[in-house]
Amino acid sequence: MAQDREFKNRYSRKLTRNMVLIVIVVSFVPMLMVSGIVLHQFSISYNEKLYAHLKEVVHRHAQDIDSFLNERLNNLQFLLDSCDNENLLDESVLQEKLFQLQQKYGGVFEDLGVINEAGVQESYAGRFKLEKAEYSDAKWFKEALGKPYYISDVFLGLRSIPHFIVSVKRIYQGRYFLLRATISFEAFNSLAENLRIGKTGFVFILNKEGAFQTKPHYDMLPSNKSYLDFINAGKKATHEIYIGELTDNAGRDRIIYLAALLKNEDWILVYQQEKKEAFSDLIRTQIVAAVILFIGALLIVIMNSILFHKVISHFTEVDRENEMMNRQIIETGKLASVGRLAAGTAHEINNPVAIMVQEAGWIEDLLKEEEFQKGKNLQEIERALKQINSQGKRCKEITHKLLSFARKTDPKIQTVRINEMIEEVVAISDKTSYTGISINTYLDKTAPPIYGSQTEVQQVLLNLINNALYALKKNGGKIDITTRLKNHHVLVVVEDNGPGIPKANLDRIFDPFFTTKPVGEGNGLGLSICFGIIQKMGGEIDVHSTVDGGTRFDIRFPMKNPITSKTENLSVKTSTNSGE
Amino acid sequence: MRENENANKKNIKLLLVDDEKRFVEVLFKRLNKRNIDVTTAYSGAEGIQALRKVDFDVAILDLKMEDMDGLEVLKIFKKMYAKMEVIILTGHESEQTTREGMKYGAFAYISKPCDFEELICTISKAISD
Repeated sequence: MAQDREFKNRYSRKLTRNMVLIVIVVSFVPMLMVSGIVLHQFSISYNEKLYAHLKEVVHRHAQDIDSFLNERLNNLQFLLDSCDNENLLDESVLQEKLFQLQQKYGGVFEDLGVINEAGVQESYAGRFKLEKAEYSDAKWFKEALGKPYYISDVFLGLRSIPHFIVSVKRIYQGRYFLLRATISFEAFNSLAENLRIGKTGFVFILNKEGAFQTKPHYDMLPSNKSYLDFINAGKKATHEIYIGELTDNAGRDRIIYLAALLKNEDWILVYQQEKKEAFSDLIRTQIVAAVILFIGALLIVIMNSILFHKVISHFTEVDRENEMMNRQIIETGKLASVGRLAAGTAHEINNPVAIMVQEAGWIEDLLKEEEFQKGKNLQEIERALKQINSQGKRCKEITHKLLSFARKTDPKIQTVRINEMIEEVVAISDKTSYTGISINTYLDKTAPPIYGSQTEVQQVLLNLINNALYALKKNGGKIDITTRLKNHHVLVVVEDNGPGIPKANLDRIFDPFFTTKPVGEGNGLGLSICFGIIQKMGGEIDVHSTVDGGTRFDIRFPMKNPITSKTENLSVKTSTNSGE
Repeated sequence: MRENENANKKNIKLLLVDDEKRFVEVLFKRLNKRNIDVTTAYSGAEGIQALRKVDFDVAILDLKMEDMDGLEVLKIFKKMYAKMEVIILTGHESEQTTREGMKYGAFAYISKPCDFEELICTISKAISD
């Protein structure tokens, strides 16, 4: 039995696990697929949008810088156009013009100078002492001489301070002159670096050789591989803005960058930002989605487990009830076949006993004849014959009890005279196999019949009496069976003065398979079957027990038939009538 | 007193139907000793045959016989000769058969093993009615 239960438990656990797994898989796969697809699409469109936005920003910034440079050129051109050569060579005029430009554009213009084609600065206005400076070997001078307008890269030059030069060329009396202005690196740098997004998004400018045209960022060294990437990116970004991605120097974070060309494709504007910052919104959304997904999954798992646990335990309960029903049917069947056997035996015994008794009677008859009257042992013979007669009567009583018991093995619902039933069950209970046990009945003769199956009521009484006998087996004692009419119920009390039931077991005695008997002696179904029968009849059973004080079972059988509504109606009618 | 009773029962013609041969024999002897004129039959058919020849005052009938059911025999007896009272004497009594037996006109129902004096008493009651 215990093994069987263990097997069932294992089976139900396995079943629960399998069902939960199946449902989890079935619900997770679509959930994960849908959320995966949605998230993927979302990231794609978010990427597109973010890059489009950055492109726009970088493009505009490049335009801003370009227009800044062009404006400076225009300033110089205007200056050149507004003055003739003599004026320009006059340093006081140049000073005044510089002052005007500085007034208008702040510190953008650092100085002004006019350089002849030999590379000598003929006039100069500014804070550095660069009068008559020699530029003939300077790279920028050579390049500027070949073009009407020129903007140099950033370089240190004679003053040893990073700066760059804007120059405009003029031909005067067959000779070239350059009007040049130094643009403040600080001013340009602040304009160029004006674009900052978040904590890690910033811009810088490189020339085609990879030299910084803005203040180098703290970790941007020309030796870095990433740095070369930027240059290559710049080469690729001929018309459009190039977008790339690389790993930072520490090799930890991914960095996105956008590169755009400016200053007639001489310079590369690079915008770079840590990817995790640029995509922080997306990452946050992904985290939120993951959390929601996780919570959802957790809920599904928990709900499934609870649900299936309930379903399985319900089925287990149903199984158990079915098993009990089957047991009950088997027990009833057993009782019925015992009944049939008893009936058959009783009938077969009746005939020979009848012959015996009649033969004894015949001897009695014959003894009355005179020849036997003088017999020496006449009295002894008569006594023996009487004994045969009385034992024959005893046999008859026994067979009648058996027959009466057998008649009541019919499971159909009928009236049961509870008092008679109790007497019979007491008569057939195996009290004789125990010594020192007495069974006393206190039956209320006015108790009306109850409705139920004879067999089942018999079984209830047999079970209770046998349990009481079992309890008294060791030390003996008494069993009192009382019937009483109480509140429209027939109350049957079966009470013993045995060792009682410990409190811990008291709540469980009606549970199926609960038994305190040694293995093989009881299946733990007796009381649960009693409980089932009494409940089916619409009655109740209670137990009261104290350790060493004995046990009392109170059974309340309803007086009317609880099953057929017809009877119920009838009884209602009857009670109304009696009320009148 | 018993002698008087026996004298009164002179000429009682009784038909005893039972397939239990030993029982029939001993009962025959005992009834004869009480001056009852007993005819025995060991089956339902024999009983019916016997009733064709003689109008018995009373019959003792077993219910469970090999050839016929006692209740069937009872019905036939009552059809053939309604004046004859039938006492059912059986080891196979049950509430149902008792009820049916009474319905078909049995006079009394006695279960085996029976007290002989009770049987005699029932016979005399059957006759006097």
